[in-house]
Amino acid sequence: MKSLSKAIPLIVTLLACAFLLIPIIQSVLAGLTVNYFRGLSSGLTLKWVARVLELYSGSILLSIWIALACLVVTLILGVPAAYALARNPGRASRVLEEFISLPLAIPGLALALALLQLYGTLQGFRTSWTFILVGHVLYTLPFMVRSVLSVLAAIDLKVLEEGAASLGAGPARRFFDIVVPNALPGILAGALTVVTLSIGEFNLTWMLHTPYLKTLPVGLADSYASMRLEVASAYTLVFFVMIVPLLMAMQWASARAQRIMQ
Amino acid sequence: MTLTLTNIAKTFPGGVQALLPTDLEIAKGEIVSLLGPSGCGKSTLLRMIAGLETPDAGAKIVFDGEDVTRQSVETRKIGMVFQSYALFPNMSVRGNIGYGLKMQKLPKTEIEARVNEVIALCRLDGYADRAITALSGGQRQRVALARAMAPRPRVLLLDEPLSALDAALRSQLRDELALLLRQFGITAIFVTHDQNEAMAIADRVAVMSLGEVAQIGTPEALYRNPATGFVARFVGDAMPLEGRIEGDRLHLPGGILPLPGPARGSEVLVRAEDIRLDPQGPITARVETVTFLGTHYRIALSGASDTLLIALHSGLSAPQQGENVRLSIAPEALLILPKGVAA
Repeated sequence: MKSLSKAIPLIVTLLACAFLLIPIIQSVLAGLTVNYFRGLSSGLTLKWVARVLELYSGSILLSIWIALACLVVTLILGVPAAYALARNPGRASRVLEEFISLPLAIPGLALALALLQLYGTLQGFRTSWTFILVGHVLYTLPFMVRSVLSVLAAIDLKVLEEGAASLGAGPARRFFDIVVPNALPGILAGALTVVTLSIGEFNLTWMLHTPYLKTLPVGLADSYASMRLEVASAYTLVFFVMIVPLLMAMQWASARAQRIMQ
Repeated sequence: MTLTLTNIAKTFPGGVQALLPTDLEIAKGEIVSLLGPSGCGKSTLLRMIAGLETPDAGAKIVFDGEDVTRQSVETRKIGMVFQSYALFPNMSVRGNIGYGLKMQKLPKTEIEARVNEVIALCRLDGYADRAITALSGGQRQRVALARAMAPRPRVLLLDEPLSALDAALRSQLRDELALLLRQFGITAIFVTHDQNEAMAIADRVAVMSLGEVAQIGTPEALYRNPATGFVARFVGDAMPLEGRIEGDRLHLPGGILPLPGPARGSEVLVRAEDIRLDPQGPITARVETVTFLGTHYRIALSGASDTLLIALHSGLSAPQQGENVRLSIAPEALLILPKGVAA
């Protein structure tokens, strides 16, 4: 009886893992086999991966570029915004924080539609990568602000700044010497979240992209629709290789930020 | 540095008067304590001297003849020790202590030399490269003092510098702090709610209550000649004797006590060390509790006045709980103070 009560949760966990992992393994293997329909017996190859890199390296590089640009913009906007919210706690700050978080509640498609309605007629902007960047910044900024804010709220920022001021530090020195270094765990966690989300973002990007501006996930959809299965699977593999380390780093950084907050 | 405060007051938004108009003069090298219960305005006064709060219009803060009223905190050249120390967790002990010197843009070699000098003075050798989180409470307190002193401020301001420590450490560090401040020879103002701390460290103590300075003087003067009942209660724990005054006699529930002179409309207070157990004494009381404290007994007595009286008794034996005893108080030991002064 006792062994059974132990075994059942274990079996359920293993089944759940299998449910999640088997499609992934299958997809990865499909990208590495010579012919998927003949199975593994047809042999393993990196041919499809090479094909993906040849066909879609532009998309991959564009995604990395947009993710990094998005990171820079969210750092420049998000860290001072979080600082301002942390220094002035009150009802107005609460409302503002919710307002910044609003894009999270709106479907990416709706957000993209709004951007198209507003800026779609500005030809130069509409066809530029910065158009996609604006969408990504709108979508990722709340993650940066919240991550930094939660760390700043946990330290006694006011007293630390008063201490620095009493030693002769002006507002700019205080921000870069005291605020930023102490918010670093939150900034790091926020940065990894922003990069991961930006690289993986599909909904909004799919609406905003042009034939000449395809990001990694848009290219993925494209390959599923128009390439042979092995190429699409190899693309998935490339996507995994990029996103899984980012996800793991994000988990680690968030856990670290959580520890600081206690 | 001499410090002159004229007409300094603080009204918070919403109309709460934290500090009524106050004048204060502090001589060069003098250590003054602002002593009072929480909410008396002592921290507000300190923060206005620091430049962390803006006083109401009409105030004047002068450092050595220089009007600093409009100067921001970072340009006032003050040193401050905060209650929570406000040490920067992202810097080592050395980084914290050198921060003020870095702000003065001194050359690296000079910063190094001056940091080492203060580290030695504050007995922090061996801790210079530690993280702040790796220090004990007492060490953090010394780092906070060293950090405030390293840039050689004009005045040192300390806001409850010992209250974050546990009781045993607090009394030990109190004497250390007093010694260090004397060694630095700096003009210092420190805020505390603990009369022992104020008396141990300060040359002069300003007793504050309800947003004003009730009395300022040396610890001895405050103890011997308190100006108000509040000062007598706060400095030396004087207890009121509640009864009816007729001429030079005080009629208490436990008997009639002779006063040094007619005291109509006054308040009569007494300190625990001035109440004597005396078989010929004029007042009777009942022993409620007896506590042995090593050098003396602490005896709580009822029936003599409306409230419990505490007597310190230094004989070889003490009366038993429940016993009736007689008390005497020398007329010159009584504190006769004007009644109805709030502060």
